[in-house]
Amino acid sequence: MKVTIKLFASLRAGRFDSEQRELPAGSDLAAAITAAGVEAREAAVVFVNSRHAEPARPLAEGDVVAIFPPVGGG
Amino acid sequence: MGAGLAEFLAASARGGLLPWQAEQEAAARYGAGAREVEAAALGSGLMPSRYARNAGTIGLAGQARLHAATVVVAGCGGLGGYLVELLARLGVGAIVAVDPDSFEESNLNRQLLATVSSLGLPKAEAAARRIREINPAVIARPVRAILDSRNAPAILEGADAVADGLDRIESRRDVASACAALGVPFVHAAVAGWYAQATVQAPGSRAVEELYGPREGAGVESDLGNPAFAPALAAAIEAAETCKLLLGLGRGLAGRLLSVDLLAMESAEFPL
Repeated sequence: MKVTIKLFASLRAGRFDSEQRELPAGSDLAAAITAAGVEAREAAVVFVNSRHAEPARPLAEGDVVAIFPPVGGG
Repeated sequence: MGAGLAEFLAASARGGLLPWQAEQEAAARYGAGAREVEAAALGSGLMPSRYARNAGTIGLAGQARLHAATVVVAGCGGLGGYLVELLARLGVGAIVAVDPDSFEESNLNRQLLATVSSLGLPKAEAAARRIREINPAVIARPVRAILDSRNAPAILEGADAVADGLDRIESRRDVASACAALGVPFVHAAVAGWYAQATVQAPGSRAVEELYGPREGAGVESDLGNPAFAPALAAAIEAAETCKLLLGLGRGLAGRLLSVDLLAMESAEFPL
C-alpha cells in the first residue's frame, strides 16, 4: 500500500519534505516512521490524516503521515 | 480622593488621551501609585497616552481588562524575556516573572534581558526591573524559583494565564499539569534552531502532556541551539494568544498545534 510521509522541522535535513512510500499491507505507523529513516526517539509528535496517532496504529492505503521532532527550547 | 482624582484626570486629558506627565502629577497630588492612577483613568473612560497605538485594536474596555489581569511568565530567558517585554507594553496589569537562574554569556545571542551589564544578575529580578522601566503601572513580581507542581498553587494564585518561557520538556509537562489541575490556561511555545511550535492548553485540557508524551531528555534544541529569531517569533505568538484569551477575542490556538519553519518559511497546523 502507498502512504504519503511528510517530515517537519529538523527531520527534513538529509531526508525529504514529503514522499510516497510503499509499505506492506497491514503496516503500522511505526513501520512508516522506520521507512522514512526516522528513529523512534526522533518522532515526537505524529499525525495520521491530521489526527494525533500512536506508533501501533495500523495504516491504510492513501494515509498521510506527518512526523515532528521534539522541540523543547526556550 | 476618588472624585478629586477623576476630576483632575479628566481636566488633564487631551483628546481622550492622558499624558504620562499628568499621571505623574496626579500620583503626587493624590498620593496614589501609578497603577491606581491608571485604573482611575481607564475607569473614567480615559486612555493613558502610552496606549494610544493599542486603542484601535484593544480599545478602552479591553485595556481596562488587561489592566485587571495577572499573567505568570514561567521562565525569563529566550521566550520569557520577550514575553515580559510584550506583556508589559500591552498593559497586562500584573506580571509574575519566575526564573531560578542568572544571566550567562550563552544567553547573549537571544535573551532580550541579557546584556553585558546584566551578566550574573538574576533573570527574575532583571525582568521585574524591565517591566517597571517600561510601565510603572504594571505590578512586577519577581520569583527566583523553578516553577513546578509543588509551588504552582502559591505562585499561580490569582493568575489568569501562564505564558510558557520554559526551556525543558520535563518542566513544561510539570507546569502544564499544574495549570490543568488549577484550571489556569497555559499558553505554550517551544523553539529549536529555525523552528517554533505553539498551542494553548485550555482549562480542562491536557494538551501539552499529550503533545510531549512520556519522553525523557531534551528536544532537538540540544543539537540546533536557539538563535534569536525563533524565540522572538514564538513569544510574539504567545503574547497575541494571551491577549486574545484575556479579552475573549478571535480564534485561539486551543486544540491546534501551530508549527513554524523559518528555514522553509512555512507554517503547518494540526488538531490536538
